[in-house]
Parts: sequence; C-alpha cells; structure tokens
Amino acid sequence: MTSSQPNRIDDRLDAAWIWDRIARAVIFLGGISAIVFVVAIFAFVAKEGLGFILQKLDLGFFFSSPEWRPAQEPEPEFGGLALIAGTASITGLAMLIAVPFSLGVAIYIGEFATGKVRETLKILVELLAAIPSVVWGFIGLTILNPIIIDLFDVPVGLTVLNAGIILGLMAAPIMTTIAEDALKAVPDSYREAAEAMGATRWQVIRQVVLPSASKGLVAAILLGVGRGFGETMAVLMASGHAINIPTSPFDSARALTATIAAELGDTARGSDHYKALFSLGILLFLVTFVINLLADVLVRKGASDRS
Amino acid sequence: MTNETEDPVASAARLVSGGDRVADSAPGDQGGDQGGALFTATTLDRKNARTERGYHSLFLLMSIVLILPVVAILGLLIVRGGPAFSWEFFTEAPRAQFTEGGIFPALVGTLWLVVVALLASVPLGVAAAIYLSEYAKDNALTRLINLAIINLAGVPSIVHALFGLGAFVLFFDFGTSILAASLTLAIMTLPVVIVSTRETLQAVPQSFRMACWSLGATRWQTIRKVVLPNSVSGILTGVILEVSRTVGETAPVMFTGAVLFTPFLPQGVLDETMAMSLHLYMIATVIPDVPPEVPYGVALSLILMVLVLNSASIGFRVYLRGKKKW
Repeated sequence: MTSSQPNRIDDRLDAAWIWDRIARAVIFLGGISAIVFVVAIFAFVAKEGLGFILQKLDLGFFFSSPEWRPAQEPEPEFGGLALIAGTASITGLAMLIAVPFSLGVAIYIGEFATGKVRETLKILVELLAAIPSVVWGFIGLTILNPIIIDLFDVPVGLTVLNAGIILGLMAAPIMTTIAEDALKAVPDSYREAAEAMGATRWQVIRQVVLPSASKGLVAAILLGVGRGFGETMAVLMASGHAINIPTSPFDSARALTATIAAELGDTARGSDHYKALFSLGILLFLVTFVINLLADVLVRKGASDRS
Repeated sequence: MTNETEDPVASAARLVSGGDRVADSAPGDQGGDQGGALFTATTLDRKNARTERGYHSLFLLMSIVLILPVVAILGLLIVRGGPAFSWEFFTEAPRAQFTEGGIFPALVGTLWLVVVALLASVPLGVAAAIYLSEYAKDNALTRLINLAIINLAGVPSIVHALFGLGAFVLFFDFGTSILAASLTLAIMTLPVVIVSTRETLQAVPQSFRMACWSLGATRWQTIRKVVLPNSVSGILTGVILEVSRTVGETAPVMFTGAVLFTPFLPQGVLDETMAMSLHLYMIATVIPDVPPEVPYGVALSLILMVLVLNSASIGFRVYLRGKKKW
C-alpha cells in the first residue's frame, strides 16, 4: 500500500511527460511549417520553370526585347522588357503617391493624433487595407477609367496612371501600418529627453524620432514596393494590359503578374508558353524574396542600433 | 481626385525643404536670444509654433485625403450596386449568359473555400504561433522562421497560384478542386493567423505560466490549461481577419479550383466551384452584356463582407482590451 503510492505518481508524471514530448514535436512541426512552405513554393515553381530558363530562354533577349509573343508559331518570342517596364512604371507611380501619404499619415497617427481621433484613424486605415484587390481593379476599371478620360481628355483611361493611383491607394494603408510600427519602436525616453531640452513636437519628430526610425521607415517603403510589384488583379484590370513600353502615364502597360494571370488559363500544360509563365513566377519570387530579406535586415539593424 | 492627391505631395515637398532650415537653426539660437524673458514668446518660438501647426495640418490633411476617396468610392458602389440587391440576387444561380439571376452559387462556393482553408490553416497557424511564443529561443532557426513568415506574406498572390497549380492540382493530383484552391489560400493566409495568435499568446503574463510551472505542470499542460484558455478570443480575432483576407482573394483560386460557372453546387472538396471574387472579375471583364448594376452589386457584396468581418474583428479586439483583467 505504502510502496505503491509513489509508483502511481510516477506513472502519472510519465504520461504527462510523454504528452509533453508529443505536443512539443507536433508544435515544432507547425513552427517550421512556414519555412517548409516557402521552400516548397520555390521548389514547385522552379520545377516547372527553371528547366525552361536554363535550356530554352535567351536571357539576353528576355531583358532587352519588348516582344512578348509566347503563342506565336512557329517561333515564339519571349521578350520581357515591356512587362518589366510596365511593372516598374506602375509600381514607381504608385510609390510616388503612397510613400509621402503613408509616411505623413503614420506620423500623424503615431506622433500628433491622440485619443479617439487616433483610434478612429487606425481603424479606418486597417479597413482600407482590407479591401480586396479584385474590388480595387473593378474600381479602376469602372470608376477611375471615365474620370481619367474626362479629366485629361484622353481616349483610354486604363493606363499606367490609373493602375498607379489604384496601386498607390492599395499600398498606402499597409505602408502606413508598418511605418507607424517603426515610429512606435522608438522608445518614449528619446522623445522625453528631447522635449526636456525644450524642443517642439515637430523638432522632436524631425530630429529625434525620424532619424531613429529611419531604417524601419525604409523597410516600410520596401515592403510597399514589394507589395506593388506582386499585386496582380488590380493591375491586370486597371492597366489596360497592352504590351508596350510606356513613355507617359497615359500609355497602357502590362505587368509581369498580370501576364501570368491572363495567360495561364489558355496554355497547354507542359508547353513552352506554360513554362515561360512559371519562369516569370521565379523572377517574381526572387525579387520579392530579396525585397523582404532587405526589409527584415533593416528592421533588425534599426532595433540593434538603438539597444 | 488626381488634383487632390497631387497637391499635398507638392506642398509636402515645399514644406519639408522650408522646415529644415527652421528646425536646424533652432537649438543654437535658443540660448542667447531669450535672456530674461522666460515665458514670453520670442520670434523664434512663434516661428517654431507656426512650423509645428503647419506640419500638424499637413499630416491631418493627408490622412483625410487618403480616406476620403475610399469613402466616396464606397458611396458610389452603394448607389450603383444597391439596385442590384434583391432576394433573387442572393438566392438564385445566374441564368441566360449571366444577364439574369443571381450570385447564389458564388456565395456558396466562397463559403466552401473559406471553411476548408480555415480547417487547414488555423491548426497549423496556431501551432506555429505556440512554437514561436512558448518554445522558440532567440536563435538562427527562430529568425529563419520569422523570415519565412514575412516571405510567405510577401510572395505575390499569383506566385501562390502557380505553386497551388504545380503542387496541389498537378503533383498531389487533386485536380482543379475546392481542396486545391483552399490549401493554396490556407498557405497564403497562414501568416495572418500566426502573427495575430503569437501576439495574443505573448500578451498572457509570464507570471501565469510561472504559477502553473511551480505547481509541477509540464510545458504542454501549462499551454493547454493556462495559456490557450486565456487567448481563445484573441485567436478568434485573428481568424476573423483571415476569413476577410480569404474571401477576396482571386488570383490564387482562379487556376486551382474556382471556375466561371458550374451547373451544380459543389458536393464535396474535390468539386470545382464558383467564387465571389472570380465572378466579379469575369462579369466585369470577360462576359458581355451583363446588366451594369450587377458587377457593382457583386463588388458591393464583396466589400461589405470584408468590411463587416474586419469591423467585427476590430470590435472584438477593442472589447477584449476593455475586459482584460491583467
């Protein structure tokens, strides 16, 4: 009787210990799932596209020719310059709008606004960020398109300008949120020290908060660029989708992402065209990967500079 | 609208270049000029106050300009899409080449996609968050996981679509099906669950865990009986947010499981389905002769779903913050 008591406790501890081990293993698998998926995404996209890049795609031609004629018989042409120029011009214009706005709004929310105003603004920005990209594309197609035609007296409103404005409005809320996080990461003691020296609030922002948060703010801009670069549906619907190196904001253009979305449905699996679209996917993956990596390094560096 | 958006940008640039000089000259001047008059405003003080008011108004204006167009757009969608709303619109299938009928199968399809995606991503996302919050040490692996989460969220949606096509449709041979589309969506929205759940778990005070450990509980017992019960509602907030993301995604489902039209509602996860987001894209761009109020109606339904879900998530979060005992 007396000797069986400790044994029972031991058994119970063992069961708990076993469950603890099992849970730890399962949770660890969940923990590394994100890594597994990122690797899997690259592996599966590369599986279809890498062979094509290495064996068939003329990289010099891809980066120098605007002739994207993947379905042309008998000699399809895979020139990516127009697509790259389209993506770059639309993203560039979007950033021209989104960068000043997101930084301004982030500073207002983070440093000027207080109480209810601040809470309301934060919620509104969050709601803006939630509007789906297909709805943004629809807005560009049906609302912004006639506005641009009327306002600038141009024949077509589905242009770099249209897609740039739509993309800017889409990216601004996300960049605002990240930029505001960067401002929040600056310790209050920095602000208090500057205020104790008699600095006005703007002087505190300009000379203490912004320099200290600069790396995080650059990261916010980078993530915005990555977001614009990878946006698909809105750009597909608002840009006019014309293969063309845009020379003005009133030209139609075509983005890398939109090309995949528009053409993948019509290609035969395993054909050169199909593989070419996957190789565009590899390019998109690699560019966004580098952008995200850079942003992460910047945020980390900003934090370690302060500590 | 374009005038509105460009004006503040130009004035921002002007103000910033002007503001520099004022701010830079300030610290040096202050000591000598003020002398005895400690509480009377000097020219410099007034100048500083003006600068500050200027920036304050500028940034306020920018916030308003960012939000106003969207309010206007929402208003326009309501005016143009509202007339499409009817009992028939939400309960019937499209007829006569999409010129009549409603969006019922697309609504049902979106529901299927969301539910199956949640079944896959919530357990996985919560496990990942538990690992990061309760187990992970500050080492290279943890940094790698965090980097992977950022990348998973940052990879373009069309690349997720390529992955879904290559992996789920072809390699695992699910075909174009709800299962393939939902798994693609699940992986894409996984970071939303992980990040929000991790924040919730980390908000549980360390003393709760210590109290539990000191009674001899294992790590898992502590997580199961103390950490998770105190985080359930916070996790739910993140899940609602994920639902709102999933509802609107188009590119990841258009090659993996969503189709323009199906004559029947899906019966299982291996069927193809219609979806709200793809339906909007198709009737707005590809299908001719759709009555003009119909795409506005679909866009309005989508945006309302997303806004309601997000508001619910935000409201829930604010309510929880008020209720918190620690």
